[in-house]
Amino acid sequence: MSEQSGERPALRYKAAELGVAAIFLLLGAIVIFDSVRIGARWGADGPQTGYFPFYLGVIICAASALNVFRALRIREADNKTFVEIGQLKLVLSVLIPSAVYVTLIGWLGIYVSSVIYVGFFMRWLGKYPWWKLVAVSVGNSVFFFLIFEVWFKIPLPKGPVEALLGLD
Amino acid sequence: MAEIESLLHGFEVALSFTNLALMFTGIILGVIIGVLPGLGGANGVAILLPLTFSMAQTPGGQTSAIILLSCIYWGALFGGAITSILFNIPGEPWSVATTFDGYPLAQKGRAGHALTAAFTSSFVGALIAVIVITFLSPIIANFALEFGPPEFFAVYLLTFSAFVGMSKEPPFKTLASMMLGFALAAVGTDPVTGTLRLTFGTVSLLTGFDFLIAVIGLFGIGEILLTLEEGLAFKGASAKLNLRAVIETWRELPRYWLTSLRSSAVGCFMGIVPGGATPASFMSYGVARRFSKEGDKFGTGQVEGVVAPETAAHAAGTSALLPMLTLGVPGSSTAAVLLGGLLIWGLQPGPLLFVEQKEFVWGLIASMYLGNIAGLIVVLTCVPLFAAILRIPFSVIAPIIIVICAIGAYTVHNSNFDVYMMVVFGVFGYLFKKLSYPLAPLVLAIVLGDRAEASFRQAMLMSQGDMSVFFSNSLVGSLTGLSLFLLSLPLLTWGIAKARGR
Repeated sequence: MSEQSGERPALRYKAAELGVAAIFLLLGAIVIFDSVRIGARWGADGPQTGYFPFYLGVIICAASALNVFRALRIREADNKTFVEIGQLKLVLSVLIPSAVYVTLIGWLGIYVSSVIYVGFFMRWLGKYPWWKLVAVSVGNSVFFFLIFEVWFKIPLPKGPVEALLGLD
Repeated sequence: MAEIESLLHGFEVALSFTNLALMFTGIILGVIIGVLPGLGGANGVAILLPLTFSMAQTPGGQTSAIILLSCIYWGALFGGAITSILFNIPGEPWSVATTFDGYPLAQKGRAGHALTAAFTSSFVGALIAVIVITFLSPIIANFALEFGPPEFFAVYLLTFSAFVGMSKEPPFKTLASMMLGFALAAVGTDPVTGTLRLTFGTVSLLTGFDFLIAVIGLFGIGEILLTLEEGLAFKGASAKLNLRAVIETWRELPRYWLTSLRSSAVGCFMGIVPGGATPASFMSYGVARRFSKEGDKFGTGQVEGVVAPETAAHAAGTSALLPMLTLGVPGSSTAAVLLGGLLIWGLQPGPLLFVEQKEFVWGLIASMYLGNIAGLIVVLTCVPLFAAILRIPFSVIAPIIIVICAIGAYTVHNSNFDVYMMVVFGVFGYLFKKLSYPLAPLVLAIVLGDRAEASFRQAMLMSQGDMSVFFSNSLVGSLTGLSLFLLSLPLLTWGIAKARGR
């Protein structure tokens, strides 16, 4: 890849456009496939269940095919940086912990996972001292506990820690 | 005048203590949501919607719930201006045009003037739009009472064709993103026959994709990821708003009455046809620059350059509720979320609302007048407080916003699967925004998908599968014709440009 001024690109527009259009094509194909399976014709009692989705899938595929075509026509000179390596690192540094966080919710409940998540974030990206981090992350979860469980009486997912504290 | 009478009755409903308290709560929450990156009108309302489920079951509670949610929307509209002017960061897409002159004004030390101008003209824009709603919506609703399935499908078609024909995004991307929305709406149980489709045997997909999850992911998580690219720090002008600046600006504002009026007209028009607040604000800024005597000074810090986009954005944001209430077709993403709320509370948006739910409709319209007055008071008095929120470091506020999004996503159906989907939608939101796939038609399609399909199929049943039913009378024919024209508009302009290039 050619070095230009500033940060190195991790991905350029052409590749990104093609990637997203390919995802669209795939989704469109899935929709068509399943619609044909359940019947996309005109039945005795009117349009079948797959009738409407089938044409949606066809339009998705047709529009994406045109998007692929347009992306392929991007000239090398116009192929700007989609995301720089530094930017991508920042984005992933939020995305990956967030993905881990939502997985943790299933095991630990939302309150404990949130303490870990907010704390981790403040430590890693903010370099805060421990006492500040504990105060904010625990305070945040307690605040939401009071709002949802006590005030609005809406139960959120809870895990072993809440069971231990008898808050379940 | 029957409208005035109904409106006065609406004021009686809206002026109860609970509803006034909810109004102020909504406005304050809305401004905070508008100021925070990653939270905006659409996903802010989406996150708080589950909290209203139990509220809406009490008598009169549906009105209270819509007052709360719509006031969050007004608050978010006001809040967007704060970050644009003080920090040069548009908190909402519709306040991008406000940064052009608002931020230079703040740099010159006239932040107070810029903020006052923005808030006041927002208020004026909203007020004009509410007046339009008050007098126009009963007429449209009455007219729409005659609509059958073919007419409704034609209205949906017109809405979605307008996106293709009028948005500035590439038409095939608009089309792809819109159809993806419809496909997501189709997942789950077929509304007409009850057959399962696109679930691939999984239990999680039985209920389909909820638009609330999509909104929270696409707008919330996606927006946070986008903001991150810009780095972690916010730098901004200080927010001082003293009485002198307010009075000075108010003295200056009447000079721009023509700009206000023109911007309101642009805004109302763009809000009712689903153009939305964002193009309205840009368009009105451009028009004001062309017509103003000091047009060439625009961009250096002209109060008029703040008045124009703010008036239009608010007029559009407010009037987007008109087609939602009268036809059940929302004019913006946030209006789409509100429409979803109505459906969840068991109300059928559309012309019958004006007949069967008079109290609800007129309570809401009256609350629009009051809510915007409340909003003006709140933002004028509390600007420094709201600006302080942006001084919280990003490494603290970002995870908290994501926690809020996760809670919001979970409470929709009490399902962890929805929270995972939220993150997936977040990644798509980030990619779509960067590649200019528009999100508004996607969200509208998820909300309206089932209804559009049902009206299409009913129309097909009526006509035994004959497509000519969409041209069977002058009304449905002209709606369909206009839709087809809008659909082919990008092709026409492309053809003309090509022919001229030769």
